[in-house]
Amino acid sequence: MLTTSQEIAIQTGRLPRTLIYLVLLLFTLFYLLPLYVMLINSVKPLPEITGGGMMNMPQIFTLEPWLKAWSSAQIGVEPTGLKPYFWNSIKMVVPAVIVSTILGALNGYVLTKWRFKYDTILFGLMLFSCFIPFQIVLIPMARMLGLMGLSGTTWGLALVHVVYGIGFTTLYFRNYYAVFPTELIHAAQIDGAGFFQIFWRILLPSSGPIAVVSIIWQFTNIWNDFLFGASFADANSQPMTVALNNLVQSSTGVKEYNIHFAGAIIAALPTLLVYIVAGRYFVRGLMAGSVKG
Amino acid sequence: MGFLDIDNVTKSYGTIEVLHEINISVQEGEFLVLVGPSGCGKSTLLNMIAGLENITSGEIRIRDKVINGVHPSKRNIAMVFQSYALYPNMTVEQNITFGLEMHGVAKPKRDKAMNKVADLLQIKQFLNRKPGQLSGGQRQRVAMGRALVRDPDVFLFDEPLSNLDAKLRVDMRTEIKKLHQNLATTMVYVTHDQIEAMTLSSRIAVMSDGILQQLGTPQQIYDQPANTFVATFMGSPAMNVLPATVHVLNGQPFAEVQHNGNSTRLPFNQPNMSAWKGQEILLGIRPETITDIEGADRKSNSIATLINKIDVIEPAGSDTFISMNLGGRDVIARMRSDAEVRAGLEFPFAVNMEKAVVFDPKTEQCIKP
Repeated sequence: MLTTSQEIAIQTGRLPRTLIYLVLLLFTLFYLLPLYVMLINSVKPLPEITGGGMMNMPQIFTLEPWLKAWSSAQIGVEPTGLKPYFWNSIKMVVPAVIVSTILGALNGYVLTKWRFKYDTILFGLMLFSCFIPFQIVLIPMARMLGLMGLSGTTWGLALVHVVYGIGFTTLYFRNYYAVFPTELIHAAQIDGAGFFQIFWRILLPSSGPIAVVSIIWQFTNIWNDFLFGASFADANSQPMTVALNNLVQSSTGVKEYNIHFAGAIIAALPTLLVYIVAGRYFVRGLMAGSVKG
Repeated sequence: MGFLDIDNVTKSYGTIEVLHEINISVQEGEFLVLVGPSGCGKSTLLNMIAGLENITSGEIRIRDKVINGVHPSKRNIAMVFQSYALYPNMTVEQNITFGLEMHGVAKPKRDKAMNKVADLLQIKQFLNRKPGQLSGGQRQRVAMGRALVRDPDVFLFDEPLSNLDAKLRVDMRTEIKKLHQNLATTMVYVTHDQIEAMTLSSRIAVMSDGILQQLGTPQQIYDQPANTFVATFMGSPAMNVLPATVHVLNGQPFAEVQHNGNSTRLPFNQPNMSAWKGQEILLGIRPETITDIEGADRKSNSIATLINKIDVIEPAGSDTFISMNLGGRDVIARMRSDAEVRAGLEFPFAVNMEKAVVFDPKTEQCIKP
């Protein structure tokens, strides 16, 4: 998807080539196998799974497990399906991604184009935040959220993710803007543009690739987060990941594997979509930011 | 008082002073070129005029108004950058009018100003393109358009031609000169190219090591360089600077130069050189003032003859350059292209001593005639 093999004009013999393709094919199968298992079992009635033959194609095709997982499966004590939690996740992810990306861009702009004393030390400290393990901040963060009156809310969860994400987004944007020509900023200054006008009119419109990186990175991390969601959310603000866990844990007698599979796919769909839509900008932006930085 | 005054301006980074007390007064409509090797502080000085760098001490005034603390956009200056610095996300039209927009000029007025500039620079046909879709020369024009549209008091150019190929550079040089003749706006132009400096300027400021070495018209800089740095930096090929001894014979001072075991006495045109009798000096002779006998300047009153061995011949089409040993240095002479010369030949040269300059070997400063 990223580079075509025609770009590298190395002539290889037929046998090595066949071997290469064989190995690649094996790896592809290996990686696709779990998805295959999840997909086919999510469209089977439960007896087909419990009767063995996980790898078999469904004899009776049904979408019922998907519908159940979405709207009526037992999550904890409520038979609500994953639907409300899906929206919880969206309500948490969208503001957190937007705010952390914009703040990262502003930080990058200031750290490269409005240099001040000790700015590298500040940047170093922000980088350091990328390496702080989640577990360490759980209790202080809970206390802070309590003080701010945000504990157990989606906004509180979004705030936690913004705080945690700023280190990464700042790193991306700083490295990207470090190679952005300073003469452009000077030209805009002479033209009479102010701090924010330069940011909105000159810098941001040229930040497409790195913004995509930041958005994908933040979206995947925040969407997939379980620990913060389990720690800081209450029953009404739990994100998708926590709900999926509850779906699998709570049962009314039988384990409904087909519903679990469907639920897991639903939980993974948004990140998959983001990757498919913006994936090819991802590597481009990542290279632009990291290699030249 | 000039139109743009640079008054005792210095610049320091920490404890290191990179510009030492620069004094330049530019008249309205003048074309001042700041020239010097890289790292001499010429771009720093330009950025200080633009307001992109702080002034450590001293004053810069435009129209007698001190602009030291004034924001770049309020100095009524416009700048053309080396990389053109066109906004990549905007079309040519938006690039040109951005400054007017930021200054709160209404749209109809902006369009009128833009059209005028687009006509002048002949960039009408690509107003809707992005800078990335333009060639180097076209980008250069747009960058100039962006500066012109503001109708500023002073134009600042920071090596605007250095990113162009040789042929285009010469064309654009002529265009800038034309532009200056038409607009008669004050321009300050930074370059490291001494030919650009000579051809464009009404006055040149030669800088080196953060010091203003000489300020004068191109002719003054070329004919009367203040020191050996200016002498060798300006002109191509560079001025020959060679050691000589002063002798006086019947009241006429001579410069005695050694070459290949012989010595030749070249009579000075400056009678006050007698005061240097018996002393070492540095003699500065431009290559074009050492010629074959037939090619010597007929108007000169002081042609001396020198017979010396030709080391190397470099035909350049219009002229033939000759390298020889004089005073222990390689000295370049410029012949007419049809002069019959050959490497190894003992050849009679005509030296136009009227154009010779003399430097003190200790201070390397010019000894005034």
